[in-house]
Amino acid sequence: MSEKKGSIVGILAEFENPAALVKAASALRDNGFKDFDCYTPFPVHGMDRAMGLKRSKLGFVVGIMGLLGGSGGLLMQWWMSAVDYPLVISGKPFFSLPAFIPVVFELTVLLSAFGAVFGMWHFNRLPQLHHPVFYSERFSKATDDGFFVAIESTDPQFDVEKNQELFQSLGAVHIELLKEDEEEVKEEAVLEAV
Amino acid sequence: MKASAETTALQAEDGQLIAGNPTFHTVSESISRIVEVKTTKAWYVLFGFFSSIALIFVAMIGYLFWEGVGIWGLQIPVAWGWAIVNFVFWVGIGHAGTLISAILFLLRQPWRTSINRFAEAMTIFAVICAGTFPGIHVGRVWVAYYMFPLPNQMSMWPNFRSPLLWDVFAVGTYFTVSLLFWYTGLIPDLATLRDRAKSKIRKAIYGAFALGWRGSHRNWQHYELAYLLLAGLATPLVLSVHSVVSFDFAVSNLPGWHTTIFPPYFVAGAIFSGFAMVMTLALIARKVYNVENFITMRHLENMNKIILVTSLMVGYAYSIELFVAWYSGNPFERFAFWNRATGPYAWAYWTMVTCNVIVPQVFWSRRMRRSIPVMFVVSILVNVGMWFERFVIVVSSLANDFLPSSWHYFKPTIFDVGMLIGSFGLFFTLFLLFLRFLPMIAMAEVKAVLPQANPHYYEPHGNGKEASVKAGSHA
Repeated sequence: MSEKKGSIVGILAEFENPAALVKAASALRDNGFKDFDCYTPFPVHGMDRAMGLKRSKLGFVVGIMGLLGGSGGLLMQWWMSAVDYPLVISGKPFFSLPAFIPVVFELTVLLSAFGAVFGMWHFNRLPQLHHPVFYSERFSKATDDGFFVAIESTDPQFDVEKNQELFQSLGAVHIELLKEDEEEVKEEAVLEAV
Repeated sequence: MKASAETTALQAEDGQLIAGNPTFHTVSESISRIVEVKTTKAWYVLFGFFSSIALIFVAMIGYLFWEGVGIWGLQIPVAWGWAIVNFVFWVGIGHAGTLISAILFLLRQPWRTSINRFAEAMTIFAVICAGTFPGIHVGRVWVAYYMFPLPNQMSMWPNFRSPLLWDVFAVGTYFTVSLLFWYTGLIPDLATLRDRAKSKIRKAIYGAFALGWRGSHRNWQHYELAYLLLAGLATPLVLSVHSVVSFDFAVSNLPGWHTTIFPPYFVAGAIFSGFAMVMTLALIARKVYNVENFITMRHLENMNKIILVTSLMVGYAYSIELFVAWYSGNPFERFAFWNRATGPYAWAYWTMVTCNVIVPQVFWSRRMRRSIPVMFVVSILVNVGMWFERFVIVVSSLANDFLPSSWHYFKPTIFDVGMLIGSFGLFFTLFLLFLRFLPMIAMAEVKAVLPQANPHYYEPHGNGKEASVKAGSHA
C-alpha cells in the first residue's frame, strides 16, 4: 500500500441522498478536515454551512467591475465628446451628463456581468477539463443523481484506512480511491464497502 | 410543519410544480433523451422548412445591400418602416425570457425552473433577429461601424446624446448579458450530457462547453452567487433596454412619439408579447417532446395570468395616451391620436386594440385559462396585435406629420413582407437547433425544486415525510 500511496490523490465516498451527504460534510468539518469537497447534481441546501465554507467573494469582483464599467463609460463619453472632438449638437453642452447616463448604466451592467461570470470561472478554476474524480466510473452519477464527497490527499488528516472507516460509519454506500492517472484506476479494483 | 404540509397539499391539488413524482434520475433521463435519440423525421422537415425561409432572408439582405433601402416601401415622410417595427417587435419578444429567468428568480417563484431555459433561448434568438434589422437598415452597411465608438477615418466619435446610440449599447449589452446568463445556467446540464455521452466526439464537444464542471459544492457556492448576481443585473437591464428602445421615439419631437408614458408602456408591452411567444413555443414543445410533466397546467395558467395583467397594462397605456393627447390641448398631438383611431391606419389600430386588449380578457375565466386551444390562439393573436402596435406607432405617426402636402400612405413591398417572414424563419431555425442539441429544460434547477432535494425531507419527523404522506393519502 505504502509504495502506491504517491499515486493516490484522494478517497471518494458516495452517499444515498442529500441529507446523508450534508451529515457527512458536517462530520468532516467537525473532525477538522480542510481539503474535501462534495459533489452533487444540484446545489444542496445548507451545504455551505455543513462544509464550513466562507461566503463567496464574488460580490466584490462584481462591484469593482461595475464601478469600472460605469466610470470608464463616463470617462469615455467625456473624452470623446468634450476633449478629443468637441461638437455642438442641438445646443447641448459638450459634457451632457443626463444624456450620458444610459450608456454609463449599460456599461456598468455589462462589466458587472463579465465580472460575475468570469469571476465565477476564476474562483472555480474553470475551465478545468482534467480532474482525478473524472477517472472514477461511478462519478458520472454526480451530474445525474449521485451524492459524493472526496477527501483529498493534501489534507493533513488524509489516511486511507481511517478515512474509509469514517465514511463507513457515516453510512457511505460506496467508497473508492482516486488515482492520479487513468491506467491505474483501470488496473486496480475499487474498494467496496457496506 | 403544519403550514408546509398544507402548502404541499394545495400544490398537489393545483397541479404540482413538477408532475408525476420523478426521481433525480428520471429528470436527467427524460430531458437528456430528447437530445440523445436519433433525430426525428419531423425535425428534419421543420428544419428544412424554416432554414429555407431563413435562407431567403439572407438572400434578401444580400439584395438589400446591393440595391439599397429603396427596395422597401420607404418614402419621405415614412423613412422608418418595417425594419424598425420588426426590431422593436423582436426585442420585445426577448423580454419575457429575461423576466422569467431573472425577475421570477429574484421573486423566488420556483415554477419558473421548467420554462426558463427555453424562454432564455427564445430571448437570445429574438435579440439576434432584432439586431439584424437596425444593422441592415442603416443604408450604407459598410460603415455600420460608425455606430460603435471606434476610431475611424474622420477621427469622429459617435453622438452620445442620441437615443439611437444608447440603443446600440442597450441592445448590445442585453444580448451579451442574456447569452452569459443562459450559458451559465447551461453549464451543469452540459456536464450531465457529457457524462451521459456514449460517443467520443459527443463527449468531447459537450465536455468542452461544460468547462470541466464536476458539481463540486465549492463550485456550486460561487456558481449560485454568480447566478443570483446575474439575475440582479439582468432585471434592471431588461427594464432599461425597452425604455431605451422607447427613447428612440419619445426623445424625438414627433406627435404620437413624444410622450413620457413610453418607457413603462413599452416594457409592459414587451413582457406581454414575450409571454405570448413563450406560450406558443411551450405549447408546441411540451406536446412534441412529451414534457407535459415538467411544463404543467400550473405553469401555463400562471403565464396566462401574466398575459392578462400585462394586457390590462397595455390597454391602460392606450387609453392614457388618448387622454393625454386630448388633455394636452396641443392640436398636433390631438390629431395624431385621432388619426390613429379613425384615419387611414384605423384598421391597424383596431386590430391592435382587439388583439391586445379585448382578446386576452377571456383569461378572466379559469376554464379559458386552462384550455390549451384557447391559450394557443390567444398567444398567437397577442403577437399579431403587438406587431401591429409597433406598426401603428412607427408608421401612422410618420405618415401624417405636420405638413399635409407631404402625407403619404405607406405600402410595404415584397421585401418588407419577405424580411418579416424571413426573420421568423431565422428565429425558428435557431430554436430548432437549440431543441435538438441542448437540454430544453434546466435539469439541475428542476432537480433542486423536487421535494427530495431538500435535506430536511429525509428527517424522520421532517416536513417532507409528513407532507408526502399526507399528499399521498390525499391522492
